[in-house]
Amino acid sequence: MLVYYLDLAVRSLKRNRVLTTLMVLALALGIGASITTLTVLRLLSGDPLPQKSARLFYPQLDPSPKDSAITSKGRLPATMGYVDAMNLLHAHRATRQAVMALTRAKIMPPQAHAHPFFSDGVMTTADFFSMFDAGFQYGSGWTAADDESGAQVVVIAGFLNDKLFDGADSVGRMVRLNDHDFRVVGVLKPWAPQPRFYTLGLGGDHYGDGDAVFLPLKAARALKMGPQDTECYQAVDDFSHLESAPCQWLGLWVELDDASAVAAYRRFLDGYVREQVALGRFQRTDTSLLDLMGWLRDQHVVPDDVRLQVYLAFGFLLICVVNTVGLLLAKCLRRSQEIGVRRALGATRREIFVQFMVEASIVGLAGGVLGLAFAELGLFGIRHQPAQYAHLAHLDLAMFALTFLVALVASLVAGLLPAWRACLLAPAPQLKAM
Amino acid sequence: MKLHPMIAALRRHKAGVVLIALQIALTLAIVCNAVFIIGQRVSRVNRPTGLDENNLMLVTQSWVGAPSGDQPGDVDKLDSMQQADLAALRAMPDVESVAPINSLPLLNSSWNGSAALKPGVELREGNARTTYYFTDEQAFRTLGLKLVAGRAFTPADVQHRGFRDTSTPPVVIVTKALADKLFPDGTALGKTIFLDGGSSPSTIIGEVDRLQVPGTGSWTNSFTWNATLVPTRLDAGFARYAVRAKPGRLDAVMHAVPQVLYGVNRMRVLDDDSVKPFAQIRQEAYRSDVGMAILMGVVCLILLGVTAAGIVGLTSFWVGQRHRQIGVRRALGARKIDILHYFQMENLLISGVGALIGLGLAIGLNMLLMKHFEMDRLPVLYVLAGIVVVMALGQGAVFAPARRASNVPPVVATRSV
Repeated sequence: MLVYYLDLAVRSLKRNRVLTTLMVLALALGIGASITTLTVLRLLSGDPLPQKSARLFYPQLDPSPKDSAITSKGRLPATMGYVDAMNLLHAHRATRQAVMALTRAKIMPPQAHAHPFFSDGVMTTADFFSMFDAGFQYGSGWTAADDESGAQVVVIAGFLNDKLFDGADSVGRMVRLNDHDFRVVGVLKPWAPQPRFYTLGLGGDHYGDGDAVFLPLKAARALKMGPQDTECYQAVDDFSHLESAPCQWLGLWVELDDASAVAAYRRFLDGYVREQVALGRFQRTDTSLLDLMGWLRDQHVVPDDVRLQVYLAFGFLLICVVNTVGLLLAKCLRRSQEIGVRRALGATRREIFVQFMVEASIVGLAGGVLGLAFAELGLFGIRHQPAQYAHLAHLDLAMFALTFLVALVASLVAGLLPAWRACLLAPAPQLKAM
Repeated sequence: MKLHPMIAALRRHKAGVVLIALQIALTLAIVCNAVFIIGQRVSRVNRPTGLDENNLMLVTQSWVGAPSGDQPGDVDKLDSMQQADLAALRAMPDVESVAPINSLPLLNSSWNGSAALKPGVELREGNARTTYYFTDEQAFRTLGLKLVAGRAFTPADVQHRGFRDTSTPPVVIVTKALADKLFPDGTALGKTIFLDGGSSPSTIIGEVDRLQVPGTGSWTNSFTWNATLVPTRLDAGFARYAVRAKPGRLDAVMHAVPQVLYGVNRMRVLDDDSVKPFAQIRQEAYRSDVGMAILMGVVCLILLGVTAAGIVGLTSFWVGQRHRQIGVRRALGARKIDILHYFQMENLLISGVGALIGLGLAIGLNMLLMKHFEMDRLPVLYVLAGIVVVMALGQGAVFAPARRASNVPPVVATRSV
């Protein structure tokens, strides 16, 4: 029976080529736009470390001093000053913890005649790599002892290793960074979580390639490498001693294994802040301990424009569906007489209903296939945009499946009213009119 | 023409009427808001920076092996390196003038602080936020700034200091916007202000008409036009130079700059991004705004197209269905123009109702967007214009099917189909 319906549907669609093309095209445009924007949204709001994100937390506090006249407005600063970051780091109350700031590193390639160039770098502490699941191709990270002694060691990304050492095991070799020699202790496997959650609030790009060099904070600061973003809450006499300046420039991440550890850390953080208030350093006791995904939301990592585009695309799809309902309705009412004949010859209402739903879903599937092409075209366009996330925009299997689901649901919803109206038609008046 | 029979006829096609009206309402809501967003983006992109942007370029470079700035004498060494670069650039034949500068409008790299009328106030407490441009006496000629009060910098005003040094300058020039914010009575000239909560005063010696801050994000919205020009060369391991080429010679200068700078000192980083015309800085700053405006525009056009096609489709069907009735009306004396008007009126009625619903939807959507995004209130003018556009669209779409209806001959009435 289904084959017969399919045959009927194709015949009917062929009869009104212009109308059919119009419906398929409108539906395809709506689906293409929706899938394109959804893919980008999903990409941008994805979980950068799915296996670990629930265990990573970002503590925040407000270090405005007690004698300050200001009353901060609600939001806590995104970063910490050196003293507080180090106090919390050295308390070792979490399974792992690391402080970090972003910097620009001037790299002098070992090859003769090669020009020096700038790369993105992270100034951090020993736990960074194990906490963020950054795997090593060669060697390993540095130790807490290296942090304390200010050893001039460096972990480099695989792509920098390819560029400087042609991909060879470079552990033990020297890299010239900001006019000083650093000894390579480790080379990372490709590691670039998206979004780049650890750069939020530190002044870096939110998406894109990973960082090229990772340096111990103390060693980098000894050479006056500066953070990308500094927020000061009082007049500063000397920016070269950021460690003692009233400025915030460090992010702290901690790894906490279960709910009780989180609760304990929260108590510890609150206790620390209350202690500072008692000491007269701080005036506010508010703290925050967001998990990774919460921090991404708090920092509005997904650009507003991208969310706006998703709204727009779904509004567009809605109008396309309404349009298809109208056109399908027009088509099927025009065939009242045909329906009357079929009913008179013994077709049940159910059969008429199924027949029209089959026709609607053919339109939907055609719209889905074409919509997939439009989505690929849209993503191709996005890949050629200069956005940080551009090259990540690809259609994955889930989105591929979703395209057809959306297409089918949209067309079935669109087909519901016309099919219902068609099956309710009484055969007698239609036959009489003939 | 009486509306009563028309409404009676439409009541027999409730589903179709509702669908067309709904589609018009939704289209109106989305198109109004989209056009409003386009308008906002376009006016953002078109606001002048205050610079004379033609023939202007920026050189960003960094030395390799430069003094760190911490040893005594380092700052002077760095300054003489910068002076050597400036002299070499100024000596180029096609160059009109060159000024050292820490950033430019739209560059998204900035040094911001606050200006206060009293010494020693908290940073966040100052009377106004401002961005700083550290430059020298050639800034006015190079950037093409317009002085509206006081005087420009002279070579005697210009100092130099290390990048991390935070001493405050004795004289500054501020934008008119900042001057008016600090001294609403318009007497800023000659007054002293305190920068970044410092305790030593800076005297305002001049006011420029307009100069935008480097940041283009929404966080700069509160101080977009508050800029302070400081007559100080900043000495660090890197430097930026604003270069004004002689008219029409920008490309030649851009081409020649790397060799000239390498000629002064080979140990430096100059990459593809180092030499940029201002036009490129502008383009990069507003790329996403332009992209969004184009996307919204395309979506609007497609939406209007789809809606028009929907109206054509449904009306054609109604014309086909009422073929016989039209014939009867014609046989009873209705002129062609009456039939045409009938369908046009019918469409006007449906799209009028749709537009009314759309009016509400557009305002509702705007309120939703205001809640979730940085959006302003949709001016009623946009909605009214939108209503006119969708009504006109409806009339345009209905014309062809209505013409076909008016050409139905009266003889149809006597035929059985």
